[in-house]
Amino acid sequence: MNRRIIYGHVGIGPTVSGTALVASDNFSARYDLDRIEGVFSRPTHKLFGENYLNKVLVLNIAKGGVASAWMLYEMVTRKMAPISLLLNYANPIMAQGAAHANLPMIDRFDGDITTMIKTGEKVTVEPKTGKIFVE
Amino acid sequence: MRLNEIEKSMLAGEMGEPRRQALEHQQKVGRFFDAPDMVEIAQAHIMADTEALGAANVEYLEKVAAYPEEDRHVAIPTITDPRGADLKQYKIIRQDEAFIDLERRTIAAFEALGVMMTDTCINYQLFMPPVQGQNLAFGDTGVCIYSNSVLGARSNYEGGPSALAAALTGRTPRYGFHLDEHRRGTTLFEIQDQPQNLTDWGALGGIIGREMRSYFEVPVVDGIEKAPTSDALKHFGAALASFGSTPLFHMIGITPEAPDLKSVFDSAPPQPIGIKQTSIEKFYDDYGAHDDRLDLVVFAAPQLSLVELQSLAEMLDGQKVNTDTSLLVCTAPAFKAEADRMGFTEKITGSGALLLEGVCFYQMHAREMGLANKWQRLMTNSAKLTNIISGYGYEPVLGNMEACVTSAIAGRIAR
Repeated sequence: MNRRIIYGHVGIGPTVSGTALVASDNFSARYDLDRIEGVFSRPTHKLFGENYLNKVLVLNIAKGGVASAWMLYEMVTRKMAPISLLLNYANPIMAQGAAHANLPMIDRFDGDITTMIKTGEKVTVEPKTGKIFVE
Repeated sequence: MRLNEIEKSMLAGEMGEPRRQALEHQQKVGRFFDAPDMVEIAQAHIMADTEALGAANVEYLEKVAAYPEEDRHVAIPTITDPRGADLKQYKIIRQDEAFIDLERRTIAAFEALGVMMTDTCINYQLFMPPVQGQNLAFGDTGVCIYSNSVLGARSNYEGGPSALAAALTGRTPRYGFHLDEHRRGTTLFEIQDQPQNLTDWGALGGIIGREMRSYFEVPVVDGIEKAPTSDALKHFGAALASFGSTPLFHMIGITPEAPDLKSVFDSAPPQPIGIKQTSIEKFYDDYGAHDDRLDLVVFAAPQLSLVELQSLAEMLDGQKVNTDTSLLVCTAPAFKAEADRMGFTEKITGSGALLLEGVCFYQMHAREMGLANKWQRLMTNSAKLTNIISGYGYEPVLGNMEACVTSAIAGRIAR
């Protein structure tokens, strides 16, 4: 089995492994999620209806408002969160939220991360080095 | 990231555990964005509605608030964004008592920290307006974009945990829009037809926001023929920030860092993207409805200014909102007091509308509130709200203030 390595900017949080859920769409915890049910709830989102719990969530950029900074911690505390976030470009809100929640997050990859990983692939996220290992 | 002696002392815990934890958090964020050091700030503004907080973050705030006063008290003037409930009126709109309990606990925690409960997303129209060049830690995207763009201050989006950290340390990591190099224009828009009302301004912000590809993209707007009002720029910025996650724009001849095109671009300006009236009409159509059913009309996001409250009061004076439709209006507590004094509140509430203070609709547990009141079809003059609210199970419809009022009275969408 080929093991691919994808390089990004040094991230936040501990190393984790999980299954990828990928879309070429953007991300806001407030705008896009039903955080009680653990599914994407914005009808126009490409992951509408998809369950994101314990997934390595791979999306384009952080969008929307500032609420995600609190929400990620609240979601992690209730164990109703993705296991990691990989974005082409995070904004400060996602970085602040990941830092507050200790949720692993990496951005700024050497390509479009939403085309480099496919839904269902097993990945290891290593924020300390900014590397993603795809099994 | 370089730390000075004061910051090293904070990190060593010599200025209390809350400040140690705050600086540790700021280091993580600063390293993520390659910040060279910290910058002292003049004010902090904290977004912390209880829907965003949840019980877990309320407990977090209570832990910080339990430290001795000299350790927990904020280091700089610190104010709050809208709360999740108007404690005088929440029963009318069937908000759950469990949320109200969280609300009261949050307020008690913030007051123990020395935070001023201004409960507003339009602080720049009310308190200590930011000054050009001032470094700040502002939560709320609309507050941040207005302060950066219209007033020339410097802030990144500071989500609640980071705004609180900044309030405790009196500083924030120096990255993003604190730095000159990130304040240069990247994209140019040419306005070919002038916006006619506040909703058009919001639509314009939404159109430009949809084009933004990252937080660090800075749109430059050319072609505005006369200085817009503060409310026009408020709606424009709020929508641009919401659709685009964009904290700074320049408007040629209007905003302080953009006297002309050559002042905002390092080289020749890029090819402009034209925006015509048809673009604005298309934006309205994106938030149209296939029938005229109407459950709720909302004026919020951002909270209404005194001028907007006056306009609304004059439109509603002597009118009655249809019994099958609800009309909610959100403003800052300070403007609510002024509206009471000037008679605007009486005219608004005399129509059957509800004037809420210190809240904003989407920050009030909107999903649960919709289910409790059987609200689904929502009409608003706020482009920002249309962007947010569909994720909560609503069907948003966009119309200007006059169309919204006419619809609320008719009990069906009239455009």
